[in-house]
Amino acid sequence: MPRLPRGKRMSLIATEHLAVRLGGREVLHHIDLSVAPGEIVTIVGPNGSGKSTLLRALLGVVAPSKGRVTRQPGLRIGYVPQKLHIDPTMPLPVARFLSLPDRQSNARIGEVLARVGVPDVAGQDMTTLSGGQFQRVLLARALLSHPDILILDEATAGLDQPGTAAFYRLIEDVRRELGCAVLSVSHDLHVVMSASDRVICLNGHICCSGAPHVVRAAPEYRALFGYGTGGALALYQHEHDHEHEDHAHAG
Amino acid sequence: MLDDFLMRALIAGLMVALAAGPLGCFVVWRRMAYFGDATAHAAILGVALALGFALNLYVGIILVALAMAMTVAALAGRGWAMDTTLGVLAHSALACGLVAVSYLPGVRVDLTSYLFGDILAVTRADLAVIALGAGAVLALLAWRWRALLTATLSEDLAHAAGINPARERLVLTVALAIVVAVSLKIVGALLIAAMLIIPAAAARNVARTPEAMAVGAIALGALSVWGGLQLSLLQDTPSGPSIVVVAAGLFLATTLGRVALQKRSTR
Repeated sequence: MPRLPRGKRMSLIATEHLAVRLGGREVLHHIDLSVAPGEIVTIVGPNGSGKSTLLRALLGVVAPSKGRVTRQPGLRIGYVPQKLHIDPTMPLPVARFLSLPDRQSNARIGEVLARVGVPDVAGQDMTTLSGGQFQRVLLARALLSHPDILILDEATAGLDQPGTAAFYRLIEDVRRELGCAVLSVSHDLHVVMSASDRVICLNGHICCSGAPHVVRAAPEYRALFGYGTGGALALYQHEHDHEHEDHAHAG
Repeated sequence: MLDDFLMRALIAGLMVALAAGPLGCFVVWRRMAYFGDATAHAAILGVALALGFALNLYVGIILVALAMAMTVAALAGRGWAMDTTLGVLAHSALACGLVAVSYLPGVRVDLTSYLFGDILAVTRADLAVIALGAGAVLALLAWRWRALLTATLSEDLAHAAGINPARERLVLTVALAIVVAVSLKIVGALLIAAMLIIPAAAARNVARTPEAMAVGAIALGALSVWGGLQLSLLQDTPSGPSIVVVAAGLFLATTLGRVALQKRSTR
């Protein structure tokens, strides 16, 4: 199993022999994972492989059935969920959303919205944003807490191909500026993998992990994702993304 | 001024509106309307228990309402179908309460006053309890406001920000039990949920932020209490239902106003 040598630095967040049961089924088992400061780690895996459950275990939403999750004391997590349903009965301007749970100054809100490329939406209601704008606002909110680590759960699921590429370029820029670690889950393999320091291939357990080019060549990865070239995969993904064009996020 | 029964009724109603407004917003945002109903209906069972065991009425109601709310929350956590579960619990609690009351020996219980409220019979002691309860709910909601909003938006986001959504749910559950207890005399068990939902839903039509919606729900709820009491006096109608009728009228008016504005802006 190809693996990067562990760094000497203390990890931000780590799991030891983590297992999670949901509804009587063991969704994850024997997960040993750690993310070092500044590292970009991407988790890939087929549907139902436990990717989102792993993130939720790291956040503390679901409790492990075995093993444990250790977080560096005082760790600040910026979390970007896959999607966020805002009930239409709640009026919620973007600026107010960004001030949850901690109040932010208007200047800081304007700054962070400009940083993620949507400078003019502060006064707009959340439900009027397009899919791309919505994801950028979610990212802005995650950045406001000065995170040590950004955790992204299929953050580009609703975006088209150029939108996805732009979003990940933005994540890379932000990582460079803030020096935060990035842990993301994605199915957009070709986009994500090129930007990652380390890729973890998940299917209930960690099948293989390592640098992107190492994982891409690993037999375990091939077994899960087939033998398509990066280019063919990109084309395939592109076809699929047309189903969810970048449209208004109204729920 | 508190010697006047009308003044006592108005003050009691306004205090209930003050607590029910912001709490009602959470009931609407979290789609807990049925949950509110189940808790309110359980209050009748609380009345029966309080009378049967010679407990303080408010204590009996709070205990049973809290037990009901906790049961519902626990069942929801285990993935029961909420719609059906709440339907079963709400009506069972109401029916059990009505049956239990009929067993009480020697007590002539005026059931209609518990089902539909009897705001004109509010005493000074009631006023003190309502003030205490409404004040506690307002303070609780104000204290937890940001955490409650965050947990309402997304439990995952709340976890990531170090907020425990289970604790915030408990805050709302306790607040709901208190509001049910203090509003029973004002609007009655059958219409408590209406005082929670209708002013909040009406405020949604005019508010652009969660805070504005909470304040709007208080204002519209207060207006409903005042209007309902006037209606009750002038037409000799039952006061609880009259308050809800006025609230429903305000909801209709704000909804029509919103639709008209939207039409004009799209033209």
